[in-house]
Amino acid sequence: MVQPDDLEAIPSDVMERVLPLAEAYDAGAWSEKRVLRAIYAAQRSVSDFAALLSPAAAPLLEEMAQAARDETRCRFGNSVSLFTPIYISNHCENQCVYCGFNARNRIRRTHLPASGVESEMRAIAESGLREILILTGESRVKSNVEYIGAACEIARKYFRAVGVEVYPMDIAGYAHLLARGTDFVTVFQETYDPVRYGEVHPGGRKRVFPYRFNAQERALIAGFRGVGFAALLGLSDFRKDAFATGLHAYFIQRKYPHAEISFSCPRLRPIKGGSAFRFSSLTEAELLQVICAYRLFMPFANITLSSRENARFRDNVVGIAATKISAGVSVAVGGHSGLEKSDGQFEIDDARSVDEIRRMLASRGLQAVMSDYL
Amino acid sequence: MKATKNEDSRDVLTLGGREFSSRFILGSGKYSLSLIRAAVEEAGAQMITLALRRAERGGVENILDYIPEGVVPLPNTSGARTAEEAVRLARLARELGCGDFVKIEVIRDSKYLLPDNHETVRATEVLAAEGFVVMPYMYPDLNVARDLQDAGAACVMPLAAPIGSNRGLVTMDFIRILVEEIDVPVIVDAGIGRPSQACEAMESGVAAIMANTAIATAGDLPAMAGAFRKAIEAGRAAYLAGFGRVLDTADPSSPLTGFLRDDDA
Repeated sequence: MVQPDDLEAIPSDVMERVLPLAEAYDAGAWSEKRVLRAIYAAQRSVSDFAALLSPAAAPLLEEMAQAARDETRCRFGNSVSLFTPIYISNHCENQCVYCGFNARNRIRRTHLPASGVESEMRAIAESGLREILILTGESRVKSNVEYIGAACEIARKYFRAVGVEVYPMDIAGYAHLLARGTDFVTVFQETYDPVRYGEVHPGGRKRVFPYRFNAQERALIAGFRGVGFAALLGLSDFRKDAFATGLHAYFIQRKYPHAEISFSCPRLRPIKGGSAFRFSSLTEAELLQVICAYRLFMPFANITLSSRENARFRDNVVGIAATKISAGVSVAVGGHSGLEKSDGQFEIDDARSVDEIRRMLASRGLQAVMSDYL
Repeated sequence: MKATKNEDSRDVLTLGGREFSSRFILGSGKYSLSLIRAAVEEAGAQMITLALRRAERGGVENILDYIPEGVVPLPNTSGARTAEEAVRLARLARELGCGDFVKIEVIRDSKYLLPDNHETVRATEVLAAEGFVVMPYMYPDLNVARDLQDAGAACVMPLAAPIGSNRGLVTMDFIRILVEEIDVPVIVDAGIGRPSQACEAMESGVAAIMANTAIATAGDLPAMAGAFRKAIEAGRAAYLAGFGRVLDTADPSSPLTGFLRDDDA
């Protein structure tokens, strides 16, 4: 886990705090009685979080969901923010065995020029959305920091909140994006098991586990207000990975109290050309358990529901724990304006428009929030 | 602040030169915009807060389109982490046509959302000098309340408990000190979970109540808004009426000193 010298190192003990706790996580060590105590605790500890993620909590999922819904309502009311992701490049230097953008995967690669980014942004903004998440494949050559920064600058003209989900970069890179109007940085650690991490990331810069782990902290040092965390559930032991994701966010928030924390909860999905990769899929109940555990452990965190999940799951979970939901999603580069088409990163299961999602929320007594940042 | 009635005996709350007969400031942040009108009517509210970050002229789901006529919008600076950010948001609110009232919220703690008193004083100094009617959300600290008053705040808005917690009057002892020592209105903001708590705060002499989550998370939102209105009015009326003394023991009908008045004394 030694980091090459050309990658920026920061003095941080967060990884040293998270990984041993995650490694020591014993999913079988918890009883239903202990889980109940965690569900109804006024303030929940790291041990409570561990119990909530354990198999012993599975029969108590209804109780967890009700407690999670109450926490969400108290903290966020019935507001649910809408956003959409925009993929501006799918070139990638990494070889993540589970990902459609894998450098060795033979897919149609596209890279939107500035004019294309503008067309896409305009098309998305016309749907009424005011928050956007910019994504790229992890090619530092095809989509360098300046290219991403320029896209953020264009996004700022159309949107009130701009997030990025791109490759981890140095503090200077994050400062560059911040200066161009970016508000939030999300980095998926994929798995917090370093051994498994090495297995599924055989090539590319992404192999360097600690550099990715410390990305959120570098973004906060650069001055970002919000950072997002996720494990790609199913890559490794999902309970350990969810535990580590929560701990990562927990220690970061303790160190940077102003940081707005958000969780994404992606499950591994089938990919184009990825049929040889075998993974253990979570059930919907297990995914919901993870989402509720995040909510109960950190009632103040944003939780984003991915369009990887189907409409039925999203419609129901958005009323329990989610605070942000994607709408009008295309995971193909150029997919919003019909400019260019590429292959997507993964298959989506909910392609509903912004209006459809708004109507769905209203029918459930929830209100769509288009703008929650200035 | 002592209870004051106008010369014509009307009991009004005066903020920024405007008189309000209602002492209930309603929040709008956690429930559907379509319910705002009913909530305002049941609450009898004449002022409603709105998060500027959710306001957009011409935008979809724009809160400004839902505020009933005649109700004073109170834009807040939620999302601000520094005085500078709060000042920027307040100026934007004015440009958006939200008027001169502004509720300062400067928060750099994402877990408990506790206000940063120091930054709040700084923002108040700037905005009061620019003619805003500044209503600062604060942690109930007497020295800070004095500083806010000196900086030109129209009131102080101490929290009773963390925002959204519905935990009630956790800081009430310190709010009572502000009521006693501060001349501008003391408006309790955040944490009140039940009408009875609103009533108790009003009985203690606070000038008004700001509530959001307790109403937004109620089963019947307009009905809860109405319940708060009645509680706030009752608390105010009780405060103005003046409380009788409270004794730990019964008032003896045979006083200990009664013998002094005995005929054979």
